[in-house]
Amino acid sequence: MSDTEGPKGPERKPGLPPETRRDGEPGWAVGLRKLYNSVVDEPLPSSFDDLLKKLDDGEDG
Amino acid sequence: MADPHLANYTDEDFRDELLATLPHLRAFARGLCGRHDFADDLTQEAAIKAWTARERYQPGTNMRAWTFAILRNHYLSELRRSRRQTDLDEGVAERLLVMNADQEGPLHLSDMEDALQKLNPERREAVLLVGAGGFTYEEAAAIADCAVGTMKSRVARARTDLAKLLDSDPGEAASPKKKAKSGSRKTS
Repeated sequence: MSDTEGPKGPERKPGLPPETRRDGEPGWAVGLRKLYNSVVDEPLPSSFDDLLKKLDDGEDG
Repeated sequence: MADPHLANYTDEDFRDELLATLPHLRAFARGLCGRHDFADDLTQEAAIKAWTARERYQPGTNMRAWTFAILRNHYLSELRRSRRQTDLDEGVAERLLVMNADQEGPLHLSDMEDALQKLNPERREAVLLVGAGGFTYEEAAAIADCAVGTMKSRVARARTDLAKLLDSDPGEAASPKKKAKSGSRKTS
């Protein structure tokens, strides 16, 4: 009806991950997803090397 | 169902899916416990548990949900264990967490992380799953092993709490409850 929000199609504002582009959300909700995504985007630290090697070798824990 | 890819699902397929999920597991763990080092330990331990239990994973289902449940259960048992060890003072574990977070030095807890850690743990978990992880209420309820209605209520309360803590607009953010009628029971 009077839904004047932009299309929810595949078009996204560039620069922000799609997860942060939900209109009308309070700031903290965007912040929460940003926080989560910032960890997701981090490369795995070297402390994971051992685990990755185990998985690579197919070893059981 | 008769997807030939699923029929031929191998350990390597499982491993690839698990590897792709690791960053999400880390993010979930970080949100749950608020400590980088502890979160990474939890993630690795959960990944090992998932790997050893890979026979129980149903290919084609949600690897993220499956591993989140493993991590969550592992986290809870670690908490219980540390609580049992310090049952003279239940606050010890919590204070340790805070101290350790401080000791990480350059780490600066953002307002968001700070606010998350102030939430009741069940609400924190709920809002992490639904608000950050993008799970449906149904999926989140399955991960947290609770009823869907309970999950919805936890998320709603977490939202109210976070709005209060972060948007400093308690008037707007407060729950829409009417003023307590006289004689009504006070709830916490």
